[in-house]
Amino acid sequence: MSASEQEILEGLAEIINEETGLDPAEVAAEKSFTDDLDIDSLSMMTIVVNAEERFGVRIPDDEVKNLTTVGDAVKFIQSQQG
Amino acid sequence: MAGITADQIDCIVMATVSHPFQTPACAPLLATRLGATGAAAFDISAACAGYCHGIALAADMVRGGSARYVLVVGVERLTDFTDKTDRSTAFIFGDGAGAAVIGPSETPGIGPTVWGSDGAQWDVISQRESWIDVHERDLGWPHIVMQGQTVFRWAVWGMAPVAKRALELAGVTVDQLDAFIPHQANVRIIDAMVKQLKIPDTVAIARDIAYTGNTSAASIPLAAERMLREGEIPSGSLALQIGFGAGLAYAAQVVVLP
Repeated sequence: MSASEQEILEGLAEIINEETGLDPAEVAAEKSFTDDLDIDSLSMMTIVVNAEERFGVRIPDDEVKNLTTVGDAVKFIQSQQG
Repeated sequence: MAGITADQIDCIVMATVSHPFQTPACAPLLATRLGATGAAAFDISAACAGYCHGIALAADMVRGGSARYVLVVGVERLTDFTDKTDRSTAFIFGDGAGAAVIGPSETPGIGPTVWGSDGAQWDVISQRESWIDVHERDLGWPHIVMQGQTVFRWAVWGMAPVAKRALELAGVTVDQLDAFIPHQANVRIIDAMVKQLKIPDTVAIARDIAYTGNTSAASIPLAAERMLREGEIPSGSLALQIGFGAGLAYAAQVVVLP
């Protein structure tokens, strides 16, 4: 079953919290992973793998660099869900 | 430390990717300099997995009877192959050497090796310029580069099943280990592997990367030696060692440390 945008956002906020300790309330669609949330490339990969497992999608390495904001990730995950 | 003399060595396996001669191999020269005169001697190219490949070969040679004592060396001078302006490699690559003697034993000291490769990811860690490029474009010297995020994903989530399989084949559970000695690629990979494998606090984790850097084929023996020398673990400890790197190639085995 596909998750809604809001569910994906909340899921990502939990995953980000687990990896970085960042308050889930800080994680909003317009926030940039690097500039706003201070997430480095390896933490980003951990978040990607955990998101893949949670939402049952595949996020190729080449795609990761295109995910600038949390909203980009939400949209990509939603587009990959069946 | 092995209690043998150089002339008792039947074979030298040298794991390296930074020996600057295409041929001859480095190992025959070492054999002669050591006094292991006439020993079989050859190099293997399995990058950061080279030492564990060497241990696998040596263990099988001793078991198979083609050698009684095998010297396995992991050695690199990555400085020569490092692009000093590449911030994804320049601050972690280092130089070093480590070695172990594999010989006959009444009790098994080296568990079954789990190894393999993935040529579909051949370019993920590689020498950026081929020797042909270096020659034709007058580049001076080639450099080793890597795609950090892809390596991180493969090393942490791709290698966890390999490590688990090596434990399973050795009949050892993770809580029975004394030490976990992964290739010293970077601390983030080591920490993530520990988390992924659910390695308990009772197991000592090799973190020689903090002192020696990423020395490719030399990193596992260097890390093991530091743990033994500093008394973090005693001789006879049970360790899971796993090498992974360019190829992509990997090898893991449970060993009893000397």
